[in-house]
Amino acid sequence: MNAKIYNAHLIWPRELSEKDQAIVKQDNKETTEIYIKDGCFSEAYDGPFDYEIDAQGLVVFPGLIDCHVHLREPGFEYKEDIASGTRAAAAGGFTSVACMPNTDPVCDNASVVKFIKERAAEVGVVNVWPIGAVTKGQKGEQLAEMGLMKEAGAVALSDDGVSVKTADMMRKAMVYAADFDLTIIDHCEDASISNGGIMNEGLASTQMGIKGSPSIAEDITVMRDILIADYLDLPVHIAHVSTKRSVEQIREAKARGVKVTAETCPQYFIFTDDNCRGYNTLFRAYPPLRRPEDVEAIIEGLQDGTLDMIVTDHAPHHEDEKDIEFSLAKNGMTGLETAFSASYTYLVKPGYLELEDLARLFCSAPERLLKVERGSFNLGTAADLTLIDLEQSQTIDRFKMVSKGKNSPFHEMTLDSKIKYTIVDGEVVYDA
Amino acid sequence: MHLKSKDLLSIEQLSAEEIVMILDSAKTMKKVLTQPTKKTSHLQGKSVVNLFFENSTRTRLSFEMAAKYMGAASVNISSSGSSINKGETLLDTAVTIDMMSTDFLIMRHRESGAAEFLAKRVSASVINAGDGMHEHPTQALLDVFTMRDKLGHLDKLKVAIIGDCLHSRVFRSNLLALTKLGSEVWVSGPASLMPLDVKQTGAHYTRHVEEAIEGADVVMSLRIQLERMKCGLFPSVNEYFRYYGLDDNKIKLAKENALVMHPGPANRGVEINSALYESDQSVISEQVTNGVAIRMAILYLLNLRRNAL
Repeated sequence: MNAKIYNAHLIWPRELSEKDQAIVKQDNKETTEIYIKDGCFSEAYDGPFDYEIDAQGLVVFPGLIDCHVHLREPGFEYKEDIASGTRAAAAGGFTSVACMPNTDPVCDNASVVKFIKERAAEVGVVNVWPIGAVTKGQKGEQLAEMGLMKEAGAVALSDDGVSVKTADMMRKAMVYAADFDLTIIDHCEDASISNGGIMNEGLASTQMGIKGSPSIAEDITVMRDILIADYLDLPVHIAHVSTKRSVEQIREAKARGVKVTAETCPQYFIFTDDNCRGYNTLFRAYPPLRRPEDVEAIIEGLQDGTLDMIVTDHAPHHEDEKDIEFSLAKNGMTGLETAFSASYTYLVKPGYLELEDLARLFCSAPERLLKVERGSFNLGTAADLTLIDLEQSQTIDRFKMVSKGKNSPFHEMTLDSKIKYTIVDGEVVYDA
Repeated sequence: MHLKSKDLLSIEQLSAEEIVMILDSAKTMKKVLTQPTKKTSHLQGKSVVNLFFENSTRTRLSFEMAAKYMGAASVNISSSGSSINKGETLLDTAVTIDMMSTDFLIMRHRESGAAEFLAKRVSASVINAGDGMHEHPTQALLDVFTMRDKLGHLDKLKVAIIGDCLHSRVFRSNLLALTKLGSEVWVSGPASLMPLDVKQTGAHYTRHVEEAIEGADVVMSLRIQLERMKCGLFPSVNEYFRYYGLDDNKIKLAKENALVMHPGPANRGVEINSALYESDQSVISEQVTNGVAIRMAILYLLNLRRNAL
């Protein structure tokens, strides 16, 4: 695919590589022209072009990457599948998604990784990178075939949905995964202390009579993982950080040089456990929504780089699993179609971050974690782009979303900005 | 004045005026109960369904008697022997009941928020007969009715609630009702059975049971479920009674003739000893009678509201 995008106002990730600078030098004006040749960023040329886009009034990001989604295929296609999930991603401006292995069967071997890659090639509209399980069946007992999964296309490892069960298994997994240059993404929760709790332990859970899950359930495992990573001098990535104490621990560990990276999700810098009042199942998240002081700490973590990236933890569920008693409803919320706008509305608009920070959080940091050559404007690399109109706003109607999962907590909320084009390998996969 | 909502889901939803209206109405209903012919026609031609997903003797019977004394057709459904055992969802079951022109749906359910969930989705008036660890509003109403009946007022009473507050819907509803009516609630019990945020709930918490009971107008003991012992929340029945069980020594610290209450069913010798249970200070049996009057009042007032709309 050959194309030209002109009047493009590029948003650069805060930190630039030398290769990035090459394209900057093309043009020092406010806006520039982007040339795509055979699906890759190229030097200027005269065409012919398959299409041209006038990006006047839009901002252009490197394609957004989401390192943490649940596409539900194979096994739970009634909630979501690779076709619907990748279309939802495209509608939200994501050009690549890394999908968690808690499918049925669990993505704990090369054949499931291959299946996902093949399905994505067949029906997907954005890049799909499978994350393999750390342990067989995510049971925390035996290592999964990490090497073979990597060969088949896995980009990272996680037992997401549960923590890697024991400290000993985490240590073994970290060491073994390092041989294959794979990072473990750990869902941090000490299940012995969360013990079936389904919302944050606090005044709201007390007054609602709902079993609480204390914030220390997360903090304890974050500390465990940091200590192991430090001891072994190996990397670990902390999934969906939700608590103040986790942010503090990660900040302190990074300052000591521990190879820890971390992500959070829009729900953790926007909502609190008070949103669950009235037994609103759309706000049952996992980890649960916390307190205002946690929200504040998460925002600070995003500002100073303690938290490296924003992911969605897109967790689509069938309406039947949400329109029931609060205690019986499934955990999780969708996020692919709202993550960018929510981040722009709640982080950039109030002045906590600048657009360049969002490029760091959505593009360059995920690129580094997954070790993929996407998420920048580098010449010669695949042309993944997201074009956004910051002046438009949208009122979310969860029933009209592209995802099969209608469980968006942003229902009836108005978010600033609108994705206009999503481009993968030079091809327009979403056009508003 | 009518009740604001078509449903009675919680004490939280009620204003102090609404609570007083219910208490006043229950006073009239109690007179009906003491007549030789206990019959009114307030609910003639109305239907009441008792949908109980958890075991209950007094609450269910009390609602059923209340409905029958007032002339309603009342039906009981329990989870065994209904389609709930066949995997039907709560919502489908409730809608089925609703579609049979049911006026009142009285539900006890193990999940917090279950009554509120249903109320939004059915046209019948939903009355919460206990939802998980959330609320048990009719129990609290009968408790404050009993206190007002016996003590003459509810102004600045000191009410001590002793026991497993963490898991107790009776505690939550009583705390809200008493606070709204201007009384003070003191709580004590094993810290492992207290909500972490108990001090923010509006209750005065003390780890010393004696301090909670000292000078109290009312001492209410909560039921302890023995399964809490198995999951490590307290070590033994023996130790529980020693420190938290109500007995003659502890009750001496309260005001003379302080009321002794218990929502029932009680574990005698665990949260309260038999002598105190049967003493003159105990109003536990009267609570049961008042329970019927309160439920009659609630049915009556909700029915007035239904008829007015």
